[in-house]
Amino acid sequence: MTVHMKRHGDASDGTEAVGGRLSRVDGPAKITGAAKYAVEQRLDGLAYAVLVESTIAAGKVRSIDTDAAQAAPGVLKVLTRDNIPPLKTASDWLGTPPPDAPYCPLAHDITFSGQHVAAVVAETFEQAVAAAALVKVSYDETPAIVDLSDAKAGDGIPIDAMTKEWGDAATAFAAAPVRICAAYNTPREYQAPMEPHGLIARWEGDQLTVWEPSQWLDGMARTYAEWFGVPFENVRLVSPYIGGGFGSKALALGHGAVAAIAARMLERPVRLVMTRPQTFTGYGGRAATRQTVTIGADADGIIQSIVHRGVNETSIDGMWVEPLGSTTSIMYQTPNFSSRQNVVRVNSVVPGAMRAPGENPSAFGIESAIDELAYEVGIDPLEIRLRNYAEQDPHAKKAWSTRQLREAYAAGAERFGWSKRSPEPRSMRDGNQLIGWGVAAGTYPVRRAYGEAMVRILADGSVEVESSSIDMGQGTYTILAQTAAETLGVPADNVVVKLGDSRFARAGVTGGSRLAGVMTGAVHKAASAALDELVGLAISDQRSPFHALQANTLVVANGRITSPRGEGPEVSIAELLASVGRDRIEAKGDTMPANSTAEERYKNYTTIAMALPHTEGDYSRYSWCAHFIEVRVDEDFGTVRVSRVVSALDSGRLYNPKLAESQWKGGIIMGIGQALLEEGIVDRRHGRIVNNNLADYLVPTNADIPDIEVISVGIPDPHSSALGGKGVGELAIVGVAPAIANAVFHATGKRIRDLPITLEKLI
Amino acid sequence: MRDFSYLRASSVDAARQASALPGAMLLAGGTTLIDLAKCGVAEPDTLVDITHLKGLDAITVDDRGATIGALAKMSGIADHADIKSRYPAVSEALWQAASAQIRNMATIGGNLMQRTRCPYFRDGENFPACNKRRPGSGCSAIGGVTRGHAVLGTSEACIATYPGDLAVALVAFDAMVHLGDRQVAVDDFFLLPGAAPEREHAIQPGEVITAISIPGSTAARRSTYLKVRDRQSYEFAAASAAVGIEFEADGRTIRDLRVALGGVATKPWRARGVEAALKGKVLDADAVKRASLLAVEGAVDHGANHYKIELAPRVVARAILKLGETA
Repeated sequence: MTVHMKRHGDASDGTEAVGGRLSRVDGPAKITGAAKYAVEQRLDGLAYAVLVESTIAAGKVRSIDTDAAQAAPGVLKVLTRDNIPPLKTASDWLGTPPPDAPYCPLAHDITFSGQHVAAVVAETFEQAVAAAALVKVSYDETPAIVDLSDAKAGDGIPIDAMTKEWGDAATAFAAAPVRICAAYNTPREYQAPMEPHGLIARWEGDQLTVWEPSQWLDGMARTYAEWFGVPFENVRLVSPYIGGGFGSKALALGHGAVAAIAARMLERPVRLVMTRPQTFTGYGGRAATRQTVTIGADADGIIQSIVHRGVNETSIDGMWVEPLGSTTSIMYQTPNFSSRQNVVRVNSVVPGAMRAPGENPSAFGIESAIDELAYEVGIDPLEIRLRNYAEQDPHAKKAWSTRQLREAYAAGAERFGWSKRSPEPRSMRDGNQLIGWGVAAGTYPVRRAYGEAMVRILADGSVEVESSSIDMGQGTYTILAQTAAETLGVPADNVVVKLGDSRFARAGVTGGSRLAGVMTGAVHKAASAALDELVGLAISDQRSPFHALQANTLVVANGRITSPRGEGPEVSIAELLASVGRDRIEAKGDTMPANSTAEERYKNYTTIAMALPHTEGDYSRYSWCAHFIEVRVDEDFGTVRVSRVVSALDSGRLYNPKLAESQWKGGIIMGIGQALLEEGIVDRRHGRIVNNNLADYLVPTNADIPDIEVISVGIPDPHSSALGGKGVGELAIVGVAPAIANAVFHATGKRIRDLPITLEKLI
Repeated sequence: MRDFSYLRASSVDAARQASALPGAMLLAGGTTLIDLAKCGVAEPDTLVDITHLKGLDAITVDDRGATIGALAKMSGIADHADIKSRYPAVSEALWQAASAQIRNMATIGGNLMQRTRCPYFRDGENFPACNKRRPGSGCSAIGGVTRGHAVLGTSEACIATYPGDLAVALVAFDAMVHLGDRQVAVDDFFLLPGAAPEREHAIQPGEVITAISIPGSTAARRSTYLKVRDRQSYEFAAASAAVGIEFEADGRTIRDLRVALGGVATKPWRARGVEAALKGKVLDADAVKRASLLAVEGAVDHGANHYKIELAPRVVARAILKLGETA
């Protein structure tokens, strides 16, 4: 998709350079409805597919009667496991070679309710919906393991790779004068993006084009290519805009395979969009988790030992590990530590990535537990965090690249007025409203990878940036324009950014808050190369008006070229290109090591195997935040409302503070939903989520959200990215739920350790 | 594809005749009907469109009462100056219902015909058993996820909660439903599930709601609708109360009291026990809290909805005391 800054850009409230508060260049197109999303493409001959899903959670399909559906008006094909060609199993996102086994996206062996068992393709969407209801599936049902608390679930499988231990945590805990131990639970939570998952697949010979909202075009293209046994280059992914992903749109999923199979069988483009209920079972939300956190401390609240045990659910035949010790192991200094984790198989779809997987539920445990410790020893919850401040990474034993968490505590506390807090629970009220103030910290690692970008300086002096990376609202279009503009010395509204097409320069996953750091670095590098070529031409080409100057370098600013001390001519980029007879300068740059092989480059963009560890070299790299939250709890009704949020965050240098602040606020809002509202509720008899729609799965409305104040305390971190930024998008949700739970305890004296904090837990 | 016929009624009489056809349903704002059709619960053979009929959206208010045409929109009623001043509970119930978009579309007649949000009622594919949807098939909710289900007025056949807000206020103030030639008290218009939960309203085929009338009263003038819910907006009540009060000349002794509950019962639930216990008494916080416990007399929980039995009396008491404070 192309976004023209000339039409949409607005720098009225800030500078266009990197670090300026340029408004989102894609905003007007989205607000006016002009933005065309992936499945809104109009294609000739488009057919419509609708999924049929299992209504049992465990067992086998005995038979599928498709006669009535096949005979229904407009029906082109009813797909079942029995009549579709098998695909090849694709490699996983690490690039692990797959088993030499067929893959079929339609199941006979049922391992969860809502599994795809058939699909109906028809001339119209309505015909497909009606015919899908006529598909009769009969099952041989077996008992299901419905969730973590199921008696059949057991203790699960130890994940040794998650074990983190140093010192002698058990002995130190036993010897500690102050000991707390508690269990914390988080339920299944769902990404619930506004735009449901879906795609249009079209085959032309053995060339596949897929229009699909995607957080990772190259990774998904690889999967489609491997499924169908065609070269990677034969698959084109197009994802112009994404209506929310939150981790759920990074991988090619079964419904995509179904649509692509149907398109190939029918030799027609096929559109398949999940219904809202299907989005609760067609892919995984955040796994339900259980943690026990024990802390041993001395009487001053100095931590001597942390023992942490975590469990998350996964599916019967898939593996998802939600790293529950991730925040636990780095937030506080402790001489003794032990964290272990199991996963438990249940009859659900395999869980997946949802905003800050791992760090988020991990923080709910440790940041609640440290609050409990604060009350136990009678120390202010902020003070106990400072007393146990980790001056270096306690796990990796390395210096932090930057850790402005102390500054975040100070800035947040000051702005919030924390010093006026009355320490006793139930000591602040306004009529029937008990008021509570809570604090919690959050963190997220800086995930780094290599990036690639194409930068063109065109004959009219305008600039084009191309990348197969994407913008799902976080601001990629905008910050890459700013980066190119600053590097090249042109106005940002002279830059056109093209994203969301796998034909463009390749890009890795947009997840783990890595894209901005990766792509600003890549664009900076490509733009620098283009600038070098431009200046080189201007100096050395005999036709250049600067040739006679014999300058070493030239200055490009605001689209005009001058010599450093102003002697000689001043010409526009367009005039210079015309004078030297060039219609463009083109530079494709990547940030990979120069000697990288083609295979390494392919691997870098289509897997996460080449990602750089955040503890590589001498430093440990994380973003940090501190949330200060006020809640009001109705003492009769148990209803909790968040009335004030002040969060101070360290994401390093901000490429565009306005957009970073929006992402932070979005994360905080999502955290409020997690704390108070969100929970996938399972009917235990059927192993099925019953609140699988947006009327019953509650996410916050505007009325639930108070003014949120965010404060940036970051400083440029040269160890984290080329331009000094750290991660933004995942960070801010981490710590919100425990800050709210801590505030609820302060308000009511009741410690809620099971999310969400609904009213019946407080009345 | 499931075909149905669409019929644009030329008059109320024509709408009556058309609605008597088997499988016919009236279409007004469509906010419930289209939703239920999409999830396969409503399967009309004929849609009788009445949205364009003239004269059915009038709101008239005088000392004797208010008459609200069946096609008046929720938002229009909520914002009507005389409704706000003479029936604050009605206006407040409407403002706190649904979303702004739905309130701008939904009519008051359709609002009365709103169906339950019971998830088992709405998902026939996964939960075939539902006595409301398929009489005699059983109740999937009993023994299932019951956090939102009713604790009052339930039967062995159905525990689905009546989801609306407006009708709770209407029941409190003795409103009447106009069905052309006959009028039915709102309290009688909504039926208990009993053994036949598929019948929810005392309306016969061929009858059309034309208006709702609410008698004027001092209690209605001093009234409020208090809605407690998990989410602050666009969410059904965990428990709600429509309350109106009239004091004797001393300003303390309760002459008239109206109490109705929402979110906890299978129909809009008039709490006459609370009213009787407090009428003639001097307003007093402890007495109000004690009497409010009568609101859930006979309540039966199904596990996860037990909190409603605790919550509902507190909502009633708060609403009564709030009105008392303004004395």
